Amino acid sequence: MTAVQFDAKDAAPTGGRVLRHTLTRGAGIGLGVVVLWFSVLVLLPLAAVVAVAVNGGWDGFVDTLSNPQTASAIELTVFTSLAVAVLNVLIGTLIAWVLVRERFPGSRLLEVVIDVPFALPTIVAGLVLLALYGPASPIGVNVANTRTAVFLAFAFVTLPFVVRSVQPVLEQLERDAEQAAHSLGASAATTFRRIVLPALIPAIAAGGALSFARGVSEYGSLVLLSGNLAMRTEVTSVRMLTYVENGNLASASVVATVLLAVALVVLVAIDLLQRWLVRRG
Amino acid sequence: MADTPTAGPTLTQGSRSVGSGAGRVTRQAIVILYLSALVVIPVALVFWNAFKDGLAPVVAALTDPVVVHALQLTLIAALWSVVLNAVFGVAVSLLLVRYEFPGKRMLNAFIDLPLSVSPVVVGLSLVIVYNVRDGILGQPLAELGIRVLFSTPGIVLATTFISMPLVVREVVPVLQEQGTDQEQAASSLGASGWVTFWRITMPGIRWGVVYGVVLCFARSIGEFGAVKIVSGNITGRTQTATLAVEQLYQNFNQAQAFTIAAVLAGAAIVIISVVAVLRVRVERNES
Repeated sequence: MTAVQFDAKDAAPTGGRVLRHTLTRGAGIGLGVVVLWFSVLVLLPLAAVVAVAVNGGWDGFVDTLSNPQTASAIELTVFTSLAVAVLNVLIGTLIAWVLVRERFPGSRLLEVVIDVPFALPTIVAGLVLLALYGPASPIGVNVANTRTAVFLAFAFVTLPFVVRSVQPVLEQLERDAEQAAHSLGASAATTFRRIVLPALIPAIAAGGALSFARGVSEYGSLVLLSGNLAMRTEVTSVRMLTYVENGNLASASVVATVLLAVALVVLVAIDLLQRWLVRRG
Repeated sequence: MADTPTAGPTLTQGSRSVGSGAGRVTRQAIVILYLSALVVIPVALVFWNAFKDGLAPVVAALTDPVVVHALQLTLIAALWSVVLNAVFGVAVSLLLVRYEFPGKRMLNAFIDLPLSVSPVVVGLSLVIVYNVRDGILGQPLAELGIRVLFSTPGIVLATTFISMPLVVREVVPVLQEQGTDQEQAASSLGASGWVTFWRITMPGIRWGVVYGVVLCFARSIGEFGAVKIVSGNITGRTQTATLAVEQLYQNFNQAQAFTIAAVLAGAAIVIISVVAVLRVRVERNES
């Protein structure tokens, strides 16, 4: 659902940097309405967050981010998101491989299973994990209120990213080069490493980056699962919400700006990656 | 789906090929185990928890007035979000695919932003702009007697914000594939822009719109973080279904929490299954 779609929109012919337009009168009015609506709903509010954060000056940033509880929350979020992104790169690529190249009876069902974490409300995702890994666990595994719970929640909500970005690339990959490598005596592992993997790297990287960004911004699945213990299991978004609830919108905005910056950096990085790929052909 | 390398007649020497024998079974087993432990068993357990004592407790949980109100509010917010985003989505897609204008690249890049921003940041941003005390838009709206935060309009705005790009993402690729030949033919035969849109463009992109709307609906009924901040979470007034799940669980009313969670999860799974089936069917018809 949220996975990258390579070249989907960028394939549209663009006017480049030349300031010309092909708008009819009706389309021009439509553009005005659309931009106004998008600004009032999305751009203005997001800009306001940054404005409030910047208003507190450099000291405001330093004060908020050097608060031990906030720093600890950011550290936990970033490291756990990175670890989960690495896990997704490995297991996500494997899942995509099995779904495309090694299908078995019932693998169609797995396609739906992959999308479940995208479709499930995040609060329900937390409850779902609590059912098996919480205090009432039928298998006696209880990770609620630990850092393992944070890892588990991130792994759940980010499951589809790498799978969904690698799968279409793998489906379109020509088999010629692989077959040539086989017939020249290359082992299966060598063929995968030298022929298949290089073609998948950009999609894997994009999926990993999206997984990281989603982990950093995650909130709903953690509320019931991680216990939100200060300095232990509290993540950045929960910390930001505490600032809001205490009426400290300035500090909340500083933390929100950091979250926004992470999201923007990932979006720009993926955009640059796609551009580079298109140029390379 | 394509055959595995070992199956092709031209590949008789490819028996050592990637995807054969024990390695293949091991990989399939890892995938099945991982997905079972992370998704299938936990989700199944939620349904089990909700339905293990029969249907009576389920009916009781769902007819609780507080829950009924929460479900109604969720539905209202989701319907608004779907309508607003369908209109916005089709308009933006047409502009991005069919027209050239300065700033197009920027609009194209910004459209995806709502999916990448943390829901709590979305909530905070709406609070800053729409609060009654010093919000740029909240103050003038309050003077007109419109209250956004802690009421339904705020919940609608937050829900619409977070699901905004879903229709655009589905419609743009379809619009690109459709091309402009038929539209040009229609207008050269004298059809107005409006007639061309409804008779030619819209039928061509209808499946894209349907997928987008369905995904937007699924995302909307599940929104939690952004709604939690803008709604104030007032039980029986501004509490949506997802907020009710949280509160019930925290108030040790876990059976009821699991029941509503199961209803929401069931709705989500039905929705993605329907989209998956539709996609396969439409693709088969086209090819």
